[in-house]
Amino acid sequence: MQLPIMNQPEKTRDYAARPGMTRRSFLRTGTAATGAVAAIAASLSPLRELTDTDEFSVDRFLQKHYKEMDGQDMAAALERISNAVEKRYEVRPEIRDYKPMDGVEFVYALNLTRCIGCRKCVHACVEENNQSRSPEIQYIRVLEMPRGTTDIEQGNHHYERATVPSEDHYYMPIQCHQCANPPCVKVCPVEATWQEPDGITVIDYDWCIGCRYCEAACPYWARRFNFATPSIPKDKINPDMSYLSNRPREKGVMEKCHFCLHRTRQGKMPACLEVCPTGARKFGNVLDPNSEVRKILESKRVFVLKQEVGTLPRFFYYFDERDPINETNPTNPVNGGDA
Amino acid sequence: MSDSIKEFAREYPRFLYRCFRLSFVGDWKYYTWMFLLSVVALFGLNAYAKQFVQGLVTTGMTDQVSWGLYIANFTYLVGIAAAAVMLVIPVYVYKNKDLHNLVIFGELLAVVAIIMCLLFITADLGRPDRFHHMLLRFNFPISILTWDVIALNGYLLLNLHICGYLIWCAYNKRTPTKKFYIPFVFVAIAWAISIHTVTAFLYSGLGARPFWNSAVIAPRFLASAFAAGPALIILTLQVIKASTGYPVSDKAISTLKGIVTVALGINMFLLGSEVFTEFYTGTSHSVSAKYLFFGLHGHSALVPWIWSAIALNTFALIALLTPASRNRWILNAACLAMIVGIWIEKGMGLIVPAFIPSPLGEIVEYVPTLNEVLVCTGIWAFGLLMYTILVRVTIPVLYGDLLVDKVYHTDPSIFEAKQSSSMQESAGVSP
Repeated sequence: MQLPIMNQPEKTRDYAARPGMTRRSFLRTGTAATGAVAAIAASLSPLRELTDTDEFSVDRFLQKHYKEMDGQDMAAALERISNAVEKRYEVRPEIRDYKPMDGVEFVYALNLTRCIGCRKCVHACVEENNQSRSPEIQYIRVLEMPRGTTDIEQGNHHYERATVPSEDHYYMPIQCHQCANPPCVKVCPVEATWQEPDGITVIDYDWCIGCRYCEAACPYWARRFNFATPSIPKDKINPDMSYLSNRPREKGVMEKCHFCLHRTRQGKMPACLEVCPTGARKFGNVLDPNSEVRKILESKRVFVLKQEVGTLPRFFYYFDERDPINETNPTNPVNGGDA
Repeated sequence: MSDSIKEFAREYPRFLYRCFRLSFVGDWKYYTWMFLLSVVALFGLNAYAKQFVQGLVTTGMTDQVSWGLYIANFTYLVGIAAAAVMLVIPVYVYKNKDLHNLVIFGELLAVVAIIMCLLFITADLGRPDRFHHMLLRFNFPISILTWDVIALNGYLLLNLHICGYLIWCAYNKRTPTKKFYIPFVFVAIAWAISIHTVTAFLYSGLGARPFWNSAVIAPRFLASAFAAGPALIILTLQVIKASTGYPVSDKAISTLKGIVTVALGINMFLLGSEVFTEFYTGTSHSVSAKYLFFGLHGHSALVPWIWSAIALNTFALIALLTPASRNRWILNAACLAMIVGIWIEKGMGLIVPAFIPSPLGEIVEYVPTLNEVLVCTGIWAFGLLMYTILVRVTIPVLYGDLLVDKVYHTDPSIFEAKQSSSMQESAGVSP
């Protein structure tokens, strides 16, 4: 093949190869190029407002996935997070990485006869878990249900009453059901969310890319996205934090209920349970035959929401019954406490 | 062998440089068009920079409606990319002679559409700076999103190779070697079907969203893509013909029209099947469909959208089925109607309603913000900009004007004379 040589008379210029610099074309090209660079710079000018140095730091960028971190990596990550929290909120937090306990699988049981719809659980959760106050992110949604149906389509999400409960309604709080077959975990493209051995589905907030596929996949609307940078008043920070639960999040990542794992993995109860004034909420280790939740599952006629979607929730609902299965057995603590 | 590699290493950068130079050469219409596109694209970039700083709060999306315009446009453009196969199949499988010299424009459109898809996905991510997490922990084969990443990037590479190789051969006045591209063409045909199928499975695989959880989504996606894509190509080819004089035969247009008519008919049939199943059974699963078509508890933001989509598609189908569409203007109007109609049907009519009501029965409506719309129009403008440049440099190569050993003239007078003389020749890449 003949190689390219400028074998044509020079007076016809190859526009596709050479600019053919004359003084005029140089000025014209120069002006156009300068204009283009200036226009691009002007378009990108909002980026000057990026001030949070931790959000895009090198340490953060290089941080490994939770499951790939060794003790040293985790210590470094916790140190980095503590510093960032202290800088932003002027509180030195106590951040740990609590591991699941052997032989423990947590379940939740909620007594719909007792719930009065006061929403104390909603707010206790926000305070415990350092959720953004503006815009406020809540993990628990309480539905006011008309009597005679369990169809959540008929629930009222935005009831406002001077006093609760209303005589014509019952109340159904809904939060993450910590499914044994979680669709949110299945769809995550980067494994930023997974189910722990104790049944809690957690999120590595430093790994999530914010695609919100899990939010679309959840049948219980349990996941929340940080559309903006979360804002929490400095005096409202809960300094007792853990990596996989309530440490402050950033914009652009998902979060959700984690059964207060920084409390429950130390034997405490979740914040929503502790604050409940009626004792409607029961929580514990289903593998322990003497636990209260185990007794409830064995003796009450419990049900789960949307059983047909096959997610196998660890969050059970029940109503008090006049005629429980084990009523004749006086040693059953459930009857003693709940009837 | 090593000589040819050396020659390639020397010639290929020069080829790219000449293409780069050429993309800045044109008449005043070309400059105006490119200037306008650049302005819209930069407004989009500016809007995206704001979103990057403030977060997705700059969009109309909420925890209830967590996907909106970005994902709608993404879905639509996957279809446009897949639709290139509607030119490839007639040419490579059925040896159609009329589309022979046009197939490259379909493949270039696929390249651009996929790049736009990737931009829309990036715009939708909360943390685009963590994109590399995909490479470090890739949830394959469990997450369908990872399938989509493979499908889209694979399709992009296939089409880049096919187009690039054919143009490179034409530039070097070489006959393309079949084994270097024919196998890729056939892989690309299957791959094109797969990209839109996988994209449909993203939605239909979610048990939480009964509106999407339907086996007919993938066939519907393909049918609507094979209608809207070739319709867009019909319009594009006419613009190319009018602005560059590149030969586009009436028979080519009428072949594409036939494809569009059948695909649109199938699409409307599938929509009808969906509507029947949703409404005749009347289970609580059809609540999103009720919201979409008729409104729910006084909320009806999507109702005008879906009915205008149905009206546009019905008009297009009737126009195409009757002799009226022999008139080029009516054909173009029908194409435009279905491009818009299917965009609405796939975006406002399929992505958004699945989120309304929420899985807990809450109705929160979705209205895109100005910033979100600017990002979308910016990506569209950038896509058109890329496509214009690709066509701008491809056509002189196919004409035999921009060749390895030939000086290229763009003096306007010479340029026009060239065009009219070249129109007589049957230019084109030989597949």
